[in-house]
Formats: sequence, structure tokens, C-alpha cells
Amino acid sequence: MKKKLVSLIDSPGFLSAMSSISAIVLGLLFGFLILLISNPGQAVQGLGIILQGGFSGGAKGIGQVLYLATPIIMTGLAVGFAFKTGLFNIGTPGQFIVGAYVAIYIGVKWTFLGGVQWIVALLGATVAGGLWALIPGILKAYLNVHEVIASIMMNYIGMYTVNMLIKRTVYNSLKNQSMNVAATAEIPRFGMDKVFVNVKGNLMDTSTVNGGFFIAIAAAVVIYILLNKTKFGYELKACGANRFASRYAGINEKRTIVLSMVISGMLAGLGGGLLYLSGANGRHISVIDVLAEEGFNGISVALLGLNNPIGIVFSALFIAYITLGGNYLQRLAFMPEVINIIIAVIIYFAALSLVVRQVIMYLRRRREQRAAVKAAASEGGAQE
Amino acid sequence: MTVSGIISFLFQQTMFFSIPLLIVALGGMFSERSGVVNIALDGIMIIGAFAGILFINFMQDKMSGQLLLLLAILVSMASGMIFSLLHAFAAINMRSDQTISGTALNMFAPAFAIYTARMIQSNGVQQVEFLNTFRIASVPVLGDIPVIGPLLFQNCYITTYIGFAILIVSAIVLYKTKFGLRLRACGEHPQAADSVGVNVYKIRYAGVMLSGALAGLGGLVYVIPTSTNFNATVAGYGFLAIAVLIFGQWKPMRILFASLFFGFMKTIAATYTVIPFLVNLGIDTYFFKMMPFVATLLVLAISSKNSQAPRASGQPYDKGSR
Repeated sequence: MKKKLVSLIDSPGFLSAMSSISAIVLGLLFGFLILLISNPGQAVQGLGIILQGGFSGGAKGIGQVLYLATPIIMTGLAVGFAFKTGLFNIGTPGQFIVGAYVAIYIGVKWTFLGGVQWIVALLGATVAGGLWALIPGILKAYLNVHEVIASIMMNYIGMYTVNMLIKRTVYNSLKNQSMNVAATAEIPRFGMDKVFVNVKGNLMDTSTVNGGFFIAIAAAVVIYILLNKTKFGYELKACGANRFASRYAGINEKRTIVLSMVISGMLAGLGGGLLYLSGANGRHISVIDVLAEEGFNGISVALLGLNNPIGIVFSALFIAYITLGGNYLQRLAFMPEVINIIIAVIIYFAALSLVVRQVIMYLRRRREQRAAVKAAASEGGAQE
Repeated sequence: MTVSGIISFLFQQTMFFSIPLLIVALGGMFSERSGVVNIALDGIMIIGAFAGILFINFMQDKMSGQLLLLLAILVSMASGMIFSLLHAFAAINMRSDQTISGTALNMFAPAFAIYTARMIQSNGVQQVEFLNTFRIASVPVLGDIPVIGPLLFQNCYITTYIGFAILIVSAIVLYKTKFGLRLRACGEHPQAADSVGVNVYKIRYAGVMLSGALAGLGGLVYVIPTSTNFNATVAGYGFLAIAVLIFGQWKPMRILFASLFFGFMKTIAATYTVIPFLVNLGIDTYFFKMMPFVATLLVLAISSKNSQAPRASGQPYDKGSR
């Protein structure tokens, strides 16, 4: 038993998880520092609200955590998957919003589909996200354009295109946002509305969470299998590790780059569909010239989850959890943006994970040395 | 508006959009040619603009005009430089992934600007207002020169001339000084530079700090002529500056032309409503908004095939490795 524990602690996965967790702790400490500077009297209370996160909102709050986590699991998977294949897909805001638009368009207009409308809408979102990532993929593979720059340009082009198309096709001009999707286009609740609800007398305060969360989990499992259990996944990772060696080994590295961008974009696009196919109480696309934050949050989620699909699910839940906590912060004299500061600091420390790992290694070495000294001493004692 | 009026108006507007791109891309050049990719330019611009505008907001009761602007410029440069130290530390000392630490800075900057603005302003809004007392209607003597006067010396800001001065100084520093030679060596082959006694870490710190100062300045220069408040964003200008840097092939003069090109695109997008010819085309306003980004993509697609970034750019330098 003890041997098992030691080998667990020594495993690289544990070390990585520890570096993520210490980044989180440092980020929260920094956030606390900011609260302390801006309003010393309520800082402790504020940190408490952040840590309490979604639980402050009761059963509905937990449901909202799952609802907010769903899209960033998807964009996190998109970024993490691309990272594994050696690409930095910073284009998730564009792919996400394009997918969201196609889902909403199908969800509003194609009512003739009946019961399968939501499925077709999600498929449309997936395809749209993939197509949006195809362009930077091709530019990267065949024309040597850095995928970061190309993706960033595609983000702005996507945002403006979607705003234009919403105004022309599915516009709710009263609220300056997209229209509600048809009832058959809403993702089924799978009974989650019965669980995540706050009952106040006759009032049912239901969370907007729906089956989309399960779809996101399923996507994480699929990506995990694809990356770790298939030949195609192996080729993708080999390309990420060394493009030239892979070419030498007979992998078509250009095709691989394009495909991994497209798959990454499909994940982000599906995320857009999952967030917005959620009825009148759910989210709508606001027609403002701001890039989709769910896309950028995917980067944080992936980095914190160490690009591992399972890690990504947990880090998305964590980020959704403290984001919700940030919303409750407004009860005190604090602004919710402190959460974004905390997330940024966490990412910064995650980037410094090297030093964190070094500290852990150092501590471990010292522990081993101490153990060795102790063993030597007790041996000496036994001899006497 | 007369035709010549439109031309000089477009020219002046192009300067407002080009000069910040020029300054920030030159900053990026110093960082990349020392071997550190600085994707954090956008965030540094936000911090620089925020600090500078906040300074103006606090001081505008006591002073105004060019002196206030010059002081704000110093504040912006200093804050950008300090903020960039975070990136330098991660990239140089910690040898961490430069794209990731840059992304962290980009995420931190707007959140910090919004949070601080809302906490310290009594009205609790994220916009920081300022009075624009910096516009020069016409430079004495020079503004009266025919043709050139209206183009370059009327309705302008001193930041335009500062931008051109930075361009000239940058070109000289990069190509004609000992420091420039060492900087380029560290970006191409740091081991070789180290072997002849150049302190690679120091040079790279200098490169990143220069990029921080210039990006901070660029943020302020972007906001002043185009707005009357700072809203925690520079509209993706830091990323456009990186595209300008690549399109400009990491060389000062080419960066100038690249930034003029993008500045012109942006000008068309922002001001097409005053140009009768473009309004008559009846194109959706969103197409004009997209145009600078589409043009960037097309230009990169054409020009990147043989583009050569500094060889060691983005690679952490480890004394022990071979």
C-alpha cells in the first residue's frame, strides 16, 4: 500500500497535477492580496465568497457551474488537443462564435426538422467551427503562416461576420442579440432541471444546465481515446513533438497539421452550439464588437488541465466555479473582474511550472537524503 | 468636403492608426531580435494606455497641453516596461513557454485595468475619461507649407513625430551600434554570442524591456487621437502589430511600410462614411470593419512562404545546452 502511494507521488502525472494546484493556490493568494489592497475590511469575506463559488447559489448554483463549464470544456479541449499536436490554436473565440451562430441559425429557422433539430444544429456548429480552423491550418501547413497570427485574424473576421449575419437573419432588435431558438432546438435537459433547481414556495428557480454537459464529457472521452489509443492520435502527437522526424518516419505532416487544426476547431464550434441552444433563459449572442470570452477561457482551461482531456474537464469546472463566485462578489464592494486577474495569475504561474517542479524535486531530494541519514543513524544505533 | 480636403483628412487619420502600430511593432522587433517572442504586446499596450490615461485624468486639472502629454508618455513607457519584466522573468530566467506567459499577460492586463478603474473611480465605471488638449491645429511655419503642410503639420499630435523619431533611432541602434549587433547575435545564435563574452540574459532583458516601453507608449498613442476615454482595450492592436512585424520581416524600414499599409486599411474601415465613393458602393459596414484583418491574412499568405524569423526567437537560452 505504501509502495503504491510512493509510486503515485513519484509519477509525472502527480507532479504535473501538483504544479497546477500550486499555481491555483498562488493565484488565489494574489487575488486575496488585491482584495486586501482595495478593501481591507471585507477581504477575508470576499475570499470566502470566491472559494464558496457556485455553492453560494444552492442547487441552481451548482447547475450553473455545469452550464458555464460546458462551453469551456469544449474550447479547453480544442486548445489542449491542438497543443498536443504542437499547434497553439488561439482561434477558439472565432471558431466558437461561428459554431454558435450556425447552431442558432439552424435552431431558429429549420423547425421542419422536428425532434432532431437540436442534433442537426450541433452538427452544423461542429462543421462551422472546423471550417473556420481549416483556413489557419492550410495557411500554416502550406504557406508557413504562423497559426497564432492567422487564428487571431480569423477571430476578428469571425466576430464581425457573425454580428453581420445575426443582424440579417436571426436578430432580436429589442435586446440587440440573437433570437430564441425553437423548443425542438433546445438541448434536452435529461432531468437535470429536476435536480438543479431552487424551490422557493411555488417559484421554481431552475438552472439553465442541460444535456450539453454530458455531450462535453463525452467529447473529452473521445479525444482522450483518439490521442492515446489510436494510430492517428499517435501520428498527431509525433508531429507535435518533431515535425521533421515525423516526415522522415513517413507521416504526411502537412495533412496532419490541417487535420488537427480542423478537429480542434470542430471542438470549439460544438462548444458554441452547446452554450447557446438553451432556450429563452439561456445565453444569447449579443451584437457587440467583443471577442467571445469562452474562447480565450479555453486557453486557461487547457493550460491548467495540462492539455489532458480529463484534466481539462476538472479545470473547466474549477474556472466555472470561481467565475460564478466572482459574480456573487458584487454583494460586497468588489468588482467581479478580480476573478479574471486571478485566472491570469494562475496561468502565469502555470507557465512557471518549471520552477514549481524544481522546488518539488528539491523537497523530494531533501526528504530522501533525510531518510537516508535517518536510516544510516538507526543502523548505527542497531550496531551499538 | 473637397477632394484635397478628403485626401489630407485620410492622410491625417492614417497617421493616427499607423503610428501606434509602428511604435509597437518596433518594440516587438527589439524583443524578437533578442530571441524572445513577445505575444504580450497587446496586454502591455493596455497597461501603458491605462497608466498614461489615468495619469492625464488625475493631472488635467493642474496642467494641460504638450507638457501633460509628455509626462503621460513617460508614465506609459515606464509602466509598460515594468509590466514586461514579468514576461522577461518567465521567458529568460524561468525558460517557460513564451507564448503561454505572454497569453497570461494579455489576460491580466484588461482585467486589471477594468478592476482598478472601477475600484478607484468614484462613479465605478470602467471607462477612464480624459480631456484632449493635445491636438495641434497647425504647427507654426511648417503648417503653412502648401501640400506638405496640410498632410503632415496640421491637425496632428506630437506623438506622430515621436513615432518617426523612434523609427530612426531604432534603425540606428539596431544596425550601427555595438548593442544592436549583440542584440541581433543573441536572436540568431545565442551560444555564439555567449562564447565571445556577451551576456545573453542581459541583452534579452534589454530587448524585452525596450519592447515593453515602446508597447506601453504605443497604447497611449493609440488611444489619444482616436477616443476621449480609455475602455480597457486597444482593439487587438497589439496582435496587429505582431502581424506588422512579420510582414515587415523584422526590419525597421519594412515595418514602417507595413504599418502604413495597415493604418490605411484601418482608416478606410473607420472613416469610409465620409468618402462618397465608398458609401455609394453600398457595402455592409461590417465588411469594412473586417477588411484590415482580411488584408493581413492575405498579405501574410503571400509573404510568409520565405519569411525568416530570427533563428533563436522563442527558444529559451540555456547556458548548459549545446
